[in-house]
Amino acid sequence: MFEIFFPILALAALAAIIAVGLALLSVTLGRRTKEGAKMESYESGMVPTGDTRSRIPIKFYLVAILFILFDIEVVFLYPWALIFRQLGIFGFIEMLTFIVILLVGYFYILGKGALKWD
Amino acid sequence: MSYYLLLIPLFPLLGFLINGLLLGKLNKKIVSIVACGAVGLSFLWGLKLFFNLLALPADSRIIEEIAFTWIPSGEFNVNVGFLFDPLSAVMVLVVSGVGFLIHLYSIGYMHDDSGYGRYFTYLNLFIFSMLTLVLANNYLLMFVGWEGVGLCSYLLIGFWFEKQTAADAGKKAFIVNRIGDFGFLLGLFIIFWSTGSLNFITVFDKAPQVFAMGAGLITAATLLLFLGATGKSAQIPLYVWLPDAMEGPTPVSALIHAATMVTAGVYMIARSHVLFLMAPTTLMVVAIVGVATALFAATIALTQNDIKRVLAYSTISQLGYMFVACGVAAFSAGIFHLMTHAFFKALLFLGAGSVIHSLSGQQDMRFMGGLKRHMPTTFWTFLVATLAIAGIPGLSGFFSKDEILWKSFSSDYGSIWIWAIGLFTAMLTAFYMFRLLFLTFYGGERMDHHAKEHLHESPKIMTVPLTILGVLAIVGGYIGIPHILGGGNNFEKFLEPVMGNVQHGGEEAMVMASSGQNGGTELMLMGISVVLILASIYLAYVLYVKNIALAGKIRQSLSGLHKILYGKYYVDELYGAVIIRPLIGLSLFLWKIVDVILIDGLLNGLATIIGDISKIMRPVQSGLLRRYTTVFLLGVVLILGYFVFR
Amino acid sequence: MDLKLATIDLGLIAPEIIIAAVAMLILLLGNVVRRRTILAYFGLFGLVAALLTALPRWGNPASGFYGMVQADNFAIFFKIIFIIAAGLTILMARRYLISHEIESPEFYALLLFSAVGMMVMAATSDLVVIFLGLEIMSVPLYVMAAFARHDVSSNEAGIKYFIMGAFASGILIYGIALVYGATGTTDLRRILADWGFFEMHSQLFLYSGAILVLIGFGFKVAAVPFHMWVPDVYQGAPTPVTAFFSVAPKAAGFAALLRIFTYGFADMSQLWAILWILAVLTMTVGNILAIFQDNIKRMLAYSSIAHAGYILVALTAGGDGAVSSAAYYLLAYTFFNLGAFAVITLIDTRNSSTAQIDEMQGLSGRHPFLAAVLALFMFALAGFPPTAGFMGKFYIFSEAIKNGYIGLAIIGVMNSFVSVYYYLRVVVVSFFARPNKEFEAVSYTPAIFIVLVITAAGTLILGILPGYWLSLARAGIFQFL
Repeated sequence: MFEIFFPILALAALAAIIAVGLALLSVTLGRRTKEGAKMESYESGMVPTGDTRSRIPIKFYLVAILFILFDIEVVFLYPWALIFRQLGIFGFIEMLTFIVILLVGYFYILGKGALKWD
Repeated sequence: MSYYLLLIPLFPLLGFLINGLLLGKLNKKIVSIVACGAVGLSFLWGLKLFFNLLALPADSRIIEEIAFTWIPSGEFNVNVGFLFDPLSAVMVLVVSGVGFLIHLYSIGYMHDDSGYGRYFTYLNLFIFSMLTLVLANNYLLMFVGWEGVGLCSYLLIGFWFEKQTAADAGKKAFIVNRIGDFGFLLGLFIIFWSTGSLNFITVFDKAPQVFAMGAGLITAATLLLFLGATGKSAQIPLYVWLPDAMEGPTPVSALIHAATMVTAGVYMIARSHVLFLMAPTTLMVVAIVGVATALFAATIALTQNDIKRVLAYSTISQLGYMFVACGVAAFSAGIFHLMTHAFFKALLFLGAGSVIHSLSGQQDMRFMGGLKRHMPTTFWTFLVATLAIAGIPGLSGFFSKDEILWKSFSSDYGSIWIWAIGLFTAMLTAFYMFRLLFLTFYGGERMDHHAKEHLHESPKIMTVPLTILGVLAIVGGYIGIPHILGGGNNFEKFLEPVMGNVQHGGEEAMVMASSGQNGGTELMLMGISVVLILASIYLAYVLYVKNIALAGKIRQSLSGLHKILYGKYYVDELYGAVIIRPLIGLSLFLWKIVDVILIDGLLNGLATIIGDISKIMRPVQSGLLRRYTTVFLLGVVLILGYFVFR
Repeated sequence: MDLKLATIDLGLIAPEIIIAAVAMLILLLGNVVRRRTILAYFGLFGLVAALLTALPRWGNPASGFYGMVQADNFAIFFKIIFIIAAGLTILMARRYLISHEIESPEFYALLLFSAVGMMVMAATSDLVVIFLGLEIMSVPLYVMAAFARHDVSSNEAGIKYFIMGAFASGILIYGIALVYGATGTTDLRRILADWGFFEMHSQLFLYSGAILVLIGFGFKVAAVPFHMWVPDVYQGAPTPVTAFFSVAPKAAGFAALLRIFTYGFADMSQLWAILWILAVLTMTVGNILAIFQDNIKRMLAYSSIAHAGYILVALTAGGDGAVSSAAYYLLAYTFFNLGAFAVITLIDTRNSSTAQIDEMQGLSGRHPFLAAVLALFMFALAGFPPTAGFMGKFYIFSEAIKNGYIGLAIIGVMNSFVSVYYYLRVVVVSFFARPNKEFEAVSYTPAIFIVLVITAAGTLILGILPGYWLSLARAGIFQFL
């Protein structure tokens, strides 16, 4: 069994060596300075303003999650589109069922007012 | 064709469930309709099946129905199945019929009791158990019914449990019965062990191949069964519970402790007659115990003053007769007497109940008397029952009792001694029963002034059952008129498919009767008993009506004997000294030393250990999710590790 | 595999389709219909309809969807259990949800979706479809655990269940992947057919995979040491949800376990040692920890762990008899455990309730019927005759003895004795303890009364007439096509 897995093991070992080695190199070779700008959260980035723990309305998350849900499920349509002709009427009905179930979810969230911003 | 035998016990079970589950929710009217209706339906269904049975040819009058498999477990398969043959038909009709009348009567008797609903719930449960007992097609189901009636008996004796004596009596009945049940169960083990089955038909088919005639094993098995019967049917030595059982309500005494439950032992022996016939020794024991009990209880009954106790001892004595019949292998005669006894004894108890009811609870006959005028229906029905139990020709008791006496004389298993003692007991019976009648209904009114004003006849709901039972006590015997008196002894013929043509079967007896060989003897014996019984009734009349002073004088001159009889031979005291006191000592020892120190010590130690483990393990359940996942992962690693490094 | 098996026969999954459709309709109608009673009873209607479509298939096992759906007696037997559990939960939940002001149509929809998942789990012999069913079942359960949104402990229960459940799902799917890697298929029938070959060539993968699958389901049925979530989740979740948790997912998990380990991996000879240890641990830990619980929900949580242990005994014993005894026990357990929870749900409808055992003081005086049925369920849980609990344990332990696991049977019986203590404690408190204060009355609803009557009747009927039901369970042993 070892022969089969040797390449994988070798790859894993290489990955480990490179990751750990580079980190070690930067520690040993790098020169350290302690200045104000160096200690910022985002070095050379924007200057942070305000507190990180600011409150963001839940609606952002809700819309984002719903978007992801529907977005991902729409992806299922692509493979179907590819073999649409082979599957024929059966595939069409199957997909219709799928979309109807999605629609149920859509109408549900609509009814719940999840998409209302105010 | 399905006969739905299941329905017979099902109705009272439903009644029990309805009343039991809605205890206290229903008003008295509905409770009584449900309870009485349930038993009434059982009776009607039993009657219908009885006619179905009659429609069948005599040889195929066996209906066996399996309701469902109860315990399926390899070779040990027990069904809940019912067997309806002439024997169980008789029992079903007696139990549900008399039971129904007593239910009706109870409506009046228990009317003002606070435990009305509870009472009918128990009563229905009892009928259900009793019907299960008599309908069972195997010993185990019969035992279930047997235990069930025992439980109901306990509950109903102790019905007024606020009364210490009632609670004690209930306990006594239960404990004494346990001894008998223990024997019964052992007997069942032997039967199952040797025949591999508990089904009646299978057991009786196999018995001749498995047991040798009169061998030790079958004798032991039947003796153990008989021990069970002595417990339930109050025979020597286990009869002591029955007189105390009179603490229960009077209809209960009539139903359970006179008409039905106490006859279960007789039924069981009749049912197992195939086995008993293979053990002549057991039959002899049965006959001797029966006749001894009959005599013994009758002598005690002579002196008792409590009206219900007299009847209780009388029941024991009459049960003794039934066992005599079984002992001389005249099983159908035993069942015949069981049936007639159910009629007249239930009637006696209900009559006594009516008297007690009218006297607001007074049971002592010394404070009764002269009730004839106040309670005519009760008196006349009571008189009929007394005549029946005394054995006056033309009433049911005469036919059945005489049948037993004749069989005990003529049977191969009988002897003249059994007959003679039986006859003497019959005289005693007539005497004490008429003593009871005279003391209660004749003479001066000895109750106090207050009670005298309240004397009244009982309501219709109580007197109607009395009247019906009175009719039955008269005509109940006509189905079994012997050939010698021109009858056909139809009862014995009816039971023949079950009992087999044991001896003196119909044809043979007819031949004998017509040839006049034994016929003359039978007539002569009958004549002797009638004359002697009439004589003792006259004696009772002289002593308790005409010349009351004489009774007192006799009592004084025989004061030693009277004291012994009045003290019931001091059997309770004897049992107390010989059995109970040492038992208490032993159990004290077991409790203080073995139980407290050894077992409790052990168990408490175990409990402490388990408790400690529990305490140690609880902190693991800290509520911290990371700890939970750690344990989970640890489990995964351990199990996988076990596999890899196995 | 011939073409017949490949047929797409919607009739095979009609019960699932019906329930799912009803659940979706409930979601839609929930926005329109104001009266929630209608929705609850619509859900019940869906369950009954599903039951009616499932029952005619009894005795006519069929396979479809390329072998991914097995509509055999085994599946139907378990579908009946799920439908009973879901139906009774709907009936008992309404009153509780209303009194805690958390009733919403989603509850019924989630319950039905979860029931669909369970039915899928029971009605397949394909590992991937089993996993699919498991997820359909689990995700609604996570939400239901947290259904009392404003109750901290309910939220805690939901999040704990979710995280632990995700963890277990991961392990399960990893196990399935390993099995697939070893055999090249996820179809149990093919795995069984070529078992010898697979075992010879890739034993390590196959066995590791099987063990991980076992652990994944061990989590669902709350086998020790994968039980840690149970007490917290059971205690925190709304009581009717706990009732459902204690019965339905457990039955579903065991349906899958029985299907996989007494059929697909039946020839895995080393398995019994693991199962033996799991069974002993599960029974013992569950019972011992239950002793010192003061909260009745938590006590019943541990008790449900112990009961999982008893069923694991049947799984260890293996063979047709053991499978049918396990199925019988699960059916019986559905009745008496749901019944016990129904009583607690009713008591919990009072807002002051904390579900402590001491709270039962004076119950018998105030509500004799309630106390009586509670006692009945406790007797059944403890395994007294003539209840179903006795017969169930009797069958399981006698199967264990028959197959030579005498030690296991003895440990099981000893555990039952230990359990008597804490079950009877409830009975004693509710009947004999002198109450410090008057028992605060609860009001029955007809629905809860029906639940109590059905569960009590089931407990008694299965105990008194076990023969018929056991023969049903026996007939329910899978007949694969």
